Amino acid sequence: MAELLADPTAGTRPVDGTRSPAPRWRPAARARAGTPRGRATGGRARARLLAGGGLLAALALAAVLVPWLGGLDPRAVDYGAIRLPPSPAHPFGTDAQGRDLLLRSFAGLRVSLLVAAVCAVVSTVLGAAVGAASGVLGGWPDRLLMRVVDTVNSVPHLLLGIVIVALYRGSVLAVIASIALTHWTGVARIVRSEVLSLRDRPFIDAAISGGASRGRVLRRHLLPAIVPQAALSTVLLLPHAVWHETALSFLGLGLPPHLASIGNILGEGRAAVLLGSWWIVAFPAVLLVAAALAVAGVAAWWRDRTLPRRRSELGL
Amino acid sequence: MSVAVVGSRCRELALLVARRLAFAVPVLVIVAVGVFLLAAASPFDPIYQYYGVDVFTATAEDLAATRARLGLDDGVLTQLGRWLAGIASGDLGTSRSLRQPVAQVIAERLPWTLLLVTVALVVAIVLSLVAGVVAAWCQGGLFDRMVTAIGHAMEGIPPFVLALVAIAIFALGLGWFPVAGLTDAGAPASAEQVLRHLALPALVLGVSQTPWLVLHVRGSLLAALGEDHVAGARARGLTEATVVLRHALPTALLPFVTLLGTRVPELVTGAVLVETVFSWPGIAEAVVTAALAVDFPLLAALSVLATAAVLLGSLAADVAVALADPRVRADG
Repeated sequence: MAELLADPTAGTRPVDGTRSPAPRWRPAARARAGTPRGRATGGRARARLLAGGGLLAALALAAVLVPWLGGLDPRAVDYGAIRLPPSPAHPFGTDAQGRDLLLRSFAGLRVSLLVAAVCAVVSTVLGAAVGAASGVLGGWPDRLLMRVVDTVNSVPHLLLGIVIVALYRGSVLAVIASIALTHWTGVARIVRSEVLSLRDRPFIDAAISGGASRGRVLRRHLLPAIVPQAALSTVLLLPHAVWHETALSFLGLGLPPHLASIGNILGEGRAAVLLGSWWIVAFPAVLLVAAALAVAGVAAWWRDRTLPRRRSELGL
Repeated sequence: MSVAVVGSRCRELALLVARRLAFAVPVLVIVAVGVFLLAAASPFDPIYQYYGVDVFTATAEDLAATRARLGLDDGVLTQLGRWLAGIASGDLGTSRSLRQPVAQVIAERLPWTLLLVTVALVVAIVLSLVAGVVAAWCQGGLFDRMVTAIGHAMEGIPPFVLALVAIAIFALGLGWFPVAGLTDAGAPASAEQVLRHLALPALVLGVSQTPWLVLHVRGSLLAALGEDHVAGARARGLTEATVVLRHALPTALLPFVTLLGTRVPELVTGAVLVETVFSWPGIAEAVVTAALAVDFPLLAALSVLATAAVLLGSLAADVAVALADPRVRADG
């Protein structure tokens, strides 16, 4: 009851239970700030940003610096040092070919993050194009495109990815295509609903009545307005792209072996675990999980900050 | 509820099922055709698959004759038509990597996957319900904070990492469970053998699905605890256990059922990874075998099968929710 009284909008609601249409322009941030829940998430959000951002920055820095400072080639094979446990010379130990796992793990992390970033950007561009076209055109093209989205969504992502990679195997391009072609649907849905809500806003009406052509409205008014949404989608897709690439590489279907990503290292380390060489899997796995959590933490912070009402719409 | 209302409800549900099945057929056909076209556009020549290493020693006439016999020189549409006609008449083709008809592969392997996935799903549901309810009940307490933190952390751990850790600890370290496979080498598939080998993969698959479910149960139970009918139950002086378990939990479980239905794709994905790590002879492991060998007939059949599972999962969840909740309209 106390919350009801404290809620400034409570009195404006009609008595019969039908809510007045929600105002569109971000009322949620202010409404949430007053509730205890809002404060709690605020504190947690900052902690998330600090922890996630710090960890991510450290990992990214290490991924760039370690292979460079180490001065050694992460691919350098040393058959005299096969499956050595962690030691001062090899802090993460060595793998079944005697390669130093410290260098290899960080080089792999760099590959994983790079590929994931490219995939996230490509699928955002693809999804934004489809979503914007769908929202702007309306009518049967809209229905058709949304049916395509539904159909792609009904195939499990990893399976569709495996089919694409299997048929065009052994190239980085195939991996990127496999991830981009399976992850654009969420972005398409979000951008479409954003365009639909933008279409009725006064500034669009104003532009049209001011004599702006269709192309100009699209270029100057609609597209800039969906950029924040699309950028957020890219960041939210990053952890998924990392996950997907790692899973494909782990199964031996992902990046070619010379481009060692964390997934490749883990896949090759599978047999070594059975021989008791736990470090071959443990250190890269810890790096992978840390990177995934850091990226997810930053992404969640950004999402809550920019779109408090849209918490779960991506379904991510 | 009167008989007439029940009868109209049944008709509504039957209509819902019929409509969704009617929607599923074109989706399955599109997926099948899509996979076929992807394969047709692939630079990979099926003749290499058919011959294996022998392709380098075979004569050009041999190759040409085989291509003609397999119909590889026909147009894409002709091949597509032939393939679809085969499926319509019940012939799914022959898997080249497993050297069996595709239908036989599915018949032999599907039961093992269903067993694994069912046990994993039960593990995940029990774990998430218990942990989620207790966490929401003592919101802000130590257990709640632990469950939330572990749940968020586990979301970042891929199933195959979990599987490797489980093998290292429980199979190699403690020796409680066998490392992999369906039975010990050469042993017949007796119930005792299978159960012992099933335990670890099913636990890993179940636990890997749990984080989302736990956090969801916790969140929706917390939301339900704030609803008016729960406040009413409290005001009537009912015991805390009755309020939470009989009044709040049922409302919170409805979205949980929907969530379970939409998580079939993740379950399939998890099964692919877990079955591969544990060499479990299920259908999901065959996906990887088929992909590594570019075994197109098997890959296409399995994609269609997985899509059917996804559609069935969401349909089953919707029907269950409509059955459990009279407020849900089944004709929407």
